[in-house]
Amino acid sequence: MTTLRLAPGAAASRILGVGSFQPERIVTNHELSERMDTTDEWIRERVGIVERRFAAKDQKLVDMAVTAGAKALADAGLSPSDADTVILANCTMPTPIPNGAAQVADRIGVKAAGAFDLNAACAGFCYALGTASDLVRAGSARRVLVIGAEKLTDWVDHEDRANAIIFADGAGAAVVGPADEPGIGPVVWGSAGDLTDMIRLRDDRWIFQEGQSVFRWATTRIAPIALRALEAAGVAPADVDVLIPHQANLRIVESIAKKLRAHGAREDMVVADDIVYSGNTSSASIPMAMDHMRAAGRVKPGDVALLVGFGAGLSYAAQVVICP
Amino acid sequence: MQPMSEKFSDEQILEGLGEIVEEVAGVSPDDVTADKSFVDDLDIDSLSMVEIAVQAEDRFGVKIPDDELANLKTVGDALKYVSAHS
Repeated sequence: MTTLRLAPGAAASRILGVGSFQPERIVTNHELSERMDTTDEWIRERVGIVERRFAAKDQKLVDMAVTAGAKALADAGLSPSDADTVILANCTMPTPIPNGAAQVADRIGVKAAGAFDLNAACAGFCYALGTASDLVRAGSARRVLVIGAEKLTDWVDHEDRANAIIFADGAGAAVVGPADEPGIGPVVWGSAGDLTDMIRLRDDRWIFQEGQSVFRWATTRIAPIALRALEAAGVAPADVDVLIPHQANLRIVESIAKKLRAHGAREDMVVADDIVYSGNTSSASIPMAMDHMRAAGRVKPGDVALLVGFGAGLSYAAQVVICP
Repeated sequence: MQPMSEKFSDEQILEGLGEIVEEVAGVSPDDVTADKSFVDDLDIDSLSMVEIAVQAEDRFGVKIPDDELANLKTVGDALKYVSAHS
């Protein structure tokens, strides 16, 4: 009988660097209120957003992914040839063929990369990070560039005040590589396909959400997923320095933080609120928040961060990471 | 609080709703009376209504689906719903 050889894997994996990109154009609540029936106060109260960024017409999802990915490699002190795999989490490519990851890899300079897109909507980054970590540990990849990038404004009806005020554009990225000590805990992921209609495209192809149902799901189901990720990594809630939930809505973020604190998370746990100035950027929101918080000094190298993504599918994923 | 199997009195439901509304929306429980409209009188928005529903479910052992929630315009509507379903 022939015995197959396996690739030697890494003992553990960690995040080596992060980077992000946002389009230049800032869109304020005031600007939106001139276009549709809404107000600055209403938007701040309901979703917590003050301003967001919209990509220019000719600025593509892939362009934003390239910039964020290159920054993450530079942050890790690596050159593109040090990476061998690119995973592009997204749900807003303009067309399904070709995928985005291969173009991103080529433009950054990751030669002949293993490259694929991953669609788990707003949970996409956590899904991709878990996948990258396991690829490194299994020896299928040496270093993986994980990117979440979205151009949601292509998919939003700009007269639909429920969604046009929330969604925005941008990209965030992390480099995952081998480590002696674990820097990325086990991913806890899952889906609820029976609730798929809650977030979907309408017949006219614009994004639609059952606002109250999504809010109920996110505020009741997601904190338990985050707690399971802590348990899987052997980390107590009190040991979490930073909570970075997907930036869907500030009230959902605050609700998740409140539930974790009821389970022992510290009052001084830093909670990501990047949505306030970035809007909801789906798969990009978690790495973008981490990058922004690090730049602002709110996240330090070595901090224990709890990441949890959730969104269309419905899909969800969470893991504990050590911040680079 | 554990859901209880026995039926709650209207006074108990009203008192419970008052505490829930206070916690979710910071409204004084004294203002939470049967004739008040959640939206127009108590200034509670649709997302806070979801939080109130979730807490009421836990407290009174009832199910309040989102499509039913839309019909609960006043505190009295919620009281009647909980009373009929607990």
